[in-house]
Amino acid sequence: MNPLTGYLLVAALLFAIGLAGALTRRNAILVLIGIELMLNAANLNLIAFWRYGPHPEALTGMMFAIFSIAVAAAEAAVGLGLVISIHRHAHTTDIDQMNRMKG
Amino acid sequence: MQETISIAPQLAASAIARNLWLIPAVPIVASGVIAFLKQPKRKTASALAIGSLAFSLLLALIAFVHVLGGWANGQAVRETANFTWFQSGASHVDLGWVLDPLSAVMLVMVTFVGLLIFIYSTGYMAHDENYTRFFCFLSLFAGAMLGVVIANSLLLLFMCWELVGLTSYLLIGFWYFKPSAAAAAKKAFLTTRVGDVFFLLGIVWLFGQTGTLLFYNSGTGSMEQAALTGLLAQPAAWGFTAASAIGLLIFAGAAGKSGQFPLHVWLPDAMEGPTPVSALIHAATMVAAGVYLIARVYPLMQAGALTGGTTTALTVVTWVGAFTALFAACIAVAQNDIKRILAYSTVSQLGYMMAGLGMGGVAVGMFHLITHAFFKALLFMGAGSVIHGCHEEQDIRHMGGLKSDMPVTFLTYAVGMLALCGFPLVFSGFWSKDGILEAAQHFSVSKVPFYMLVFGALLTAFYMTRQVSYVFFGMNRGAKNAHESPKSMTTPLAILAFFAIALGAIGTPAWPWFRGFLESRAVSFAWGGFNEPGLLALMLTSTVVVFLGLGLGWGLYGGKSPAPEAPDVLESAMPLPWAWLRDRLYVDEFYAVTVIAFYSWWARVADWLDRRVWGGIVSLVAFVFGLWATLNRFLDANVVDGTFDKGCEELYTGGGLLARIQSGRVQTYLRLLALAVVVLTILLFWSGRV
Repeated sequence: MNPLTGYLLVAALLFAIGLAGALTRRNAILVLIGIELMLNAANLNLIAFWRYGPHPEALTGMMFAIFSIAVAAAEAAVGLGLVISIHRHAHTTDIDQMNRMKG
Repeated sequence: MQETISIAPQLAASAIARNLWLIPAVPIVASGVIAFLKQPKRKTASALAIGSLAFSLLLALIAFVHVLGGWANGQAVRETANFTWFQSGASHVDLGWVLDPLSAVMLVMVTFVGLLIFIYSTGYMAHDENYTRFFCFLSLFAGAMLGVVIANSLLLLFMCWELVGLTSYLLIGFWYFKPSAAAAAKKAFLTTRVGDVFFLLGIVWLFGQTGTLLFYNSGTGSMEQAALTGLLAQPAAWGFTAASAIGLLIFAGAAGKSGQFPLHVWLPDAMEGPTPVSALIHAATMVAAGVYLIARVYPLMQAGALTGGTTTALTVVTWVGAFTALFAACIAVAQNDIKRILAYSTVSQLGYMMAGLGMGGVAVGMFHLITHAFFKALLFMGAGSVIHGCHEEQDIRHMGGLKSDMPVTFLTYAVGMLALCGFPLVFSGFWSKDGILEAAQHFSVSKVPFYMLVFGALLTAFYMTRQVSYVFFGMNRGAKNAHESPKSMTTPLAILAFFAIALGAIGTPAWPWFRGFLESRAVSFAWGGFNEPGLLALMLTSTVVVFLGLGLGWGLYGGKSPAPEAPDVLESAMPLPWAWLRDRLYVDEFYAVTVIAFYSWWARVADWLDRRVWGGIVSLVAFVFGLWATLNRFLDANVVDGTFDKGCEELYTGGGLLARIQSGRVQTYLRLLALAVVVLTILLFWSGRV
């Protein structure tokens, strides 16, 4: 078992945990945290594939991950902003109550 | 009127002849302008109409003087201005105008009498609210009539002829709210149309034979020798030459317009129009257009006559004219409406003119036309003045004693009446009627027209005396507060009265100026003119006849004042003939049971055909199409629409199902996403790509 498999397993585990959290939690903040976990699982994969890939000397994977983290930060900010404004509007963060965007 | 540009250069056509079109154009343009005026612009309307006609009179006088000058220099003036109106293949239709003594005389007469009647109308129509419309029609009429006069082409003449008929219709029906006026207008239009159909046939035939409708065109016109020779050589049916047949067709048109028997029925009814209209159109000018037409195509009517002889066409003209003269005079005796008496008198006098044309030639007929235009316009306007003064009373039995109430009208009316009767020596009517009687005396075919015309003259004097006695003498029998008419009405009367006398001077046997002028012969004054054999005897005869008529009339009616309801003196003497005459010899009734009855029967047949036969065919076609349409609708509803509807329904249901997935819950979406990822992964593994 090479080291990459280990990393990939950890990442898959992390992703599964995040997904489970995002799917099961009712609190919007916790759903966001679950999503962050899934994102970081993906980042971990990026780094792992770079480190054990054919060109570890080029810093491509690192750059990619940094970009991804930056985007994730922006996304988290937007997500939290939405949650706050919904809370102000409906006085709840229960995601099951936020069901007005439907056809 | 841009045609002037295309006028071909004419031999000896002076500027006056080339610009002759201005004479009818000015009143027509004025009428167009008046048509756009609002009702309250009364002064403008009458000023425009009178001004334009005065201008035309001026131009007509210039043209007249021009012709006169040519005559004085010993030339026969006949200037034409022709141009091609349109061309179709090898044949072309030409229009043009002609200035010769005939048209010059008519131009002056029409513009002068017309002008006086226009002025008279300003007084007569003063209280009418449609004053502007009246002057618009009058102007249009004057222009069209002048167009008839100057036309050098039978086609142009016919166009103006129809325009004249139209304005006559409009003016008879001017008080269209009166059912009788509307009916009279329709009757006039339709009756003259009967003649016009024949006229048009004659025109078409003439064009087919000669290839031109111009009267005079430097030798190639249809009234000139070459064309006439061709027409004479061409036999038509029943032994007629084409010349006589065409002449008779044209005469049918003239008979319609000039109220000759049997197409005279419209003219008495036309008196429903305003009195100035009766004076202008139905006494002086339009009804004379038929006579003028015959004078214009006289070369055609006369074609083939041997020296001193006559032709079939002219013989027919004579008989119709003489018969109409006597026939209408008889009816006039038993009429009680002041205007109707004058109307029958007009029909009768037009008969004289026709007879004069038929027997004596252009000058004889035209001289009576001109004198008659003056004194009959005078009589009609006098009658209008009487009607105006008596508050729209037209029945002579309800008048009487007006000579003191309306002195000017009485005097001028008396002049007109004596001129119409042919009172010897002083009045123009004597000389013009004498000319016709003299021609009748020398008529080679038969002496009967002469006796008819003499008897007609007797009746004329008789019925006019009867009318004048009823209206002006005796006691007033109804018309209270009769008053003299305003100056605008009496002044034209006085002027016309002057001419009713003075015009006689230009046509006496001693100085036949008018005849010489029309025939372009030199004349000189000579008492010897009276020395012609039989002339003095004839003058004596007609004098005796006139005095007999006047005496009879005065003896029976003069100075008596019968009550309006009392039967007429003649009626009590011979009730049956009187009833015949009073009912206008049943010509209208005869038409009602023949022509009109046939026409309504034919209309019923046509109606039946329309409903049953053509209507049936149309219904059948409609039914077939209806069936086809039903089939189409069935296919549409069940096949085309069915498919479409089903498709739409499915889309709708599908949309509803899919819409359920969009529940609005974020986590449901996420679950679907996760499920999709799982499914995709399984698919990837299963396909063995990884």
